[in-house]
Amino acid sequence: MADVFLLSRLQFATNISFHILFPSITIALGWFLFYFKVRFNISGHPVWMRIYRFWVKVFALSFALGVVSGITMSFQFGTNWPGYMETVGNIAGPLLGYEVLTAFFLEATFLGVMLFGIHRVPTWLHTLATLLVAVGTTLSAFWIIALNSWMQTPTGYEMRDGVAHALDWWAIIFNPSFPFRLSHVLLASGLTASFLIAGISSYRIIRGDNKKAPRLALKTAVFVAALLMPLQIFVGDLHGLNTLEHQPQKVAAMEGIWDTQKGVPLLLFAVPDEKNHSNHFEIAIPNITSIILTHDPDGEVQGLNDFIGEHPPVAPVFYGFRIMVGIGMLMLVIAWFTSFKLIRNKPLSKGVLYSLVGMSFSGWIATLAGWYVTEIGRQPYLVSGLLRTSDAVTDIAPENVMFTFILYLTVYVGLLIAYLHTLFLMARKAVEIEEIQPEERLQQKKFSTPNITKGATL
Amino acid sequence: MIADANLPIFFAGLMALSIIVYAILDGYDLGVGILLPLNNDQQADQMIASIGPFWDANETWLVLAVGLLLIAFPSAHNVILKALYIPSAIMLVGLILRGVAFDFRAKVAQVNKHRWNQIFKLGSWIASASQGYMLGSFVMGFEDSFMAYSFAALSAVGVTCAYALIGSTWLILKTTDDLQLRAIKWAKRMGKISFIGIIAVCIANPLINQFVFERWTTPPFAYFMAIVPFVCFTLLFIGNLVLKQLPLKDDSGCWLPFLITVVVFVFCFCGLAFSFYPYVVPGELTIWDAASAPESLRFILYGALIVIPCILAYTVFSYRVFWGKVEDLRYY
Repeated sequence: MADVFLLSRLQFATNISFHILFPSITIALGWFLFYFKVRFNISGHPVWMRIYRFWVKVFALSFALGVVSGITMSFQFGTNWPGYMETVGNIAGPLLGYEVLTAFFLEATFLGVMLFGIHRVPTWLHTLATLLVAVGTTLSAFWIIALNSWMQTPTGYEMRDGVAHALDWWAIIFNPSFPFRLSHVLLASGLTASFLIAGISSYRIIRGDNKKAPRLALKTAVFVAALLMPLQIFVGDLHGLNTLEHQPQKVAAMEGIWDTQKGVPLLLFAVPDEKNHSNHFEIAIPNITSIILTHDPDGEVQGLNDFIGEHPPVAPVFYGFRIMVGIGMLMLVIAWFTSFKLIRNKPLSKGVLYSLVGMSFSGWIATLAGWYVTEIGRQPYLVSGLLRTSDAVTDIAPENVMFTFILYLTVYVGLLIAYLHTLFLMARKAVEIEEIQPEERLQQKKFSTPNITKGATL
Repeated sequence: MIADANLPIFFAGLMALSIIVYAILDGYDLGVGILLPLNNDQQADQMIASIGPFWDANETWLVLAVGLLLIAFPSAHNVILKALYIPSAIMLVGLILRGVAFDFRAKVAQVNKHRWNQIFKLGSWIASASQGYMLGSFVMGFEDSFMAYSFAALSAVGVTCAYALIGSTWLILKTTDDLQLRAIKWAKRMGKISFIGIIAVCIANPLINQFVFERWTTPPFAYFMAIVPFVCFTLLFIGNLVLKQLPLKDDSGCWLPFLITVVVFVFCFCGLAFSFYPYVVPGELTIWDAASAPESLRFILYGALIVIPCILAYTVFSYRVFWGKVEDLRYY
């Protein structure tokens, strides 16, 4: 039987990996919905409402999955990682608390109005509800990334009797890696949502849906992706340099550098061998890593051998980083190529449409790969330099953890299948979903025309 | 402003508030799930529509309650969730199932809809029963004995019935015609079972729990403890009389059973909370033993004082938007 440490890590990884899939869609999809709603309000063109109606359903479904898997997360800290709250609870607690207070209630309450309230509230209020939901999801990311970044690069605290105490909340929230990580994650969400919208819309077009809605949605999403991707590369580079400054062992694992050296080559591919402290089957371009990390072809980069016993497992970090960057490059090529075609008003070929369908969930894979890089890259610490992961684990019987691990895994696999199935089912029924009923149109008019009699009495 | 020594009291109060708000709000929507008929799709649709705009926010109160336990009383959070490791995982699976079933059922073809209805009902049962079980083992101080398990099982039944009661009164408030008549029937039955449940807890709790016995028999708490069961029984009795008269012409008084049930919930909760105060883990940890550092509590205090009134305000706003009888749930 595996030990409780390994099982708890597996369970936490399963939970957080499943959970992150849905916020990574909803954070940006909320802003997309707000954009669609505003376009509708301005132009009055029903096509924007059709797009809104379809994607608000996808939002609702993704949001529900995010909420329920998020509740599970809030229990995990106490059940499996008691040492975490015992050591850094004074810092982590308030940050999590602010997430619940400022974000969760906001998004959950206005979600009701946004989904079911259009009959019952004026247009501006419904648009405001849509905006507040988007603000809520983003605020939620703000707080949780603040906490995660603090665990990577802790500042603004002091240790008293082995327990962290807050000294300066500003320094805790705006810790050195926070601005970079937050921008990186928000942009990743933008790309994830863009490629999802583009992919599902392409799927509809391939299935013979010749309405305007999927075409317009596809166009919007591809343009957004084409704009965000170069920005993401820029932010990603800054984030990497920040990591080099604060967590050099993580960068060494990402790049597969064993010995501290000058003029470090960029490894396109390699098989890191942790036992022998070396790589096999290297395919390398000379000096590029030094240029990227130090802006000098002969710059020195610290290797893993300087951090024996203090560096993360190399292979997952090394591969994870390559998967993330590889998908990013693919996104850039496809987004730019498709945008180029769209700008020149050329029809999209079957090939382009199929590759967009293929890229529907590319954002998920890149996001997960990126998170594995940064989270595994922090090991063996739970909070860098302050708390080792192995010191935080529970002493619950391993059978119990095994039971819950299998339970969560089964439920999550089932849900993921159901989610994907439903998403494509909805895409096939999209025309029905989007159809605007005549009485709804009247309702819409009633609210949007200014009430003259009321104005006169005032 | 609040002195350092009083911070734990403030946070205990806040946590109590979120637990009782959770029990009432998620209580009614779990109750609706428990009662969901599997033989009448039209009524099932109406019932689910009555909780549609609210369930997400209702469940957030649980996150706040657990969050406050985690933030303000981290060592208690560890003790409690370690002791309740398996039941809490089962509860979470229940909540997951019903949460997603709610959304999936609205988006799939008729064949699968029935299956998602079943999952919704099952999830509601699992979540309610495990919450009751957890409450029961908490009351028993997580003892490992036959008595403790029996009490926890009794509590599981009790909480499930209580949620079904508040769920049925919510339906009386939100529905009309056949479904309302059915809800009245459910409410009568659940009211009686809850009546018996409260008697059972009132007898069993002080008998098996020395600390509670002393608390209930020493003034000044003794006076309050004497009032709680009396008020609850009177209210349930009045509630039963009201249910016999319903539905009235113009549907007047349809809100009365729900209101009565809410008051019963509040009294039962206060009775329970004051049985253990100031312990956050019965017999083991007081709120002062378990509290976080004052500077952390203070940092969140300021935010809570600003944000919680806003949360209450927009919660009220959302209930006002969806005021009145339920309509078909339609997305935009």
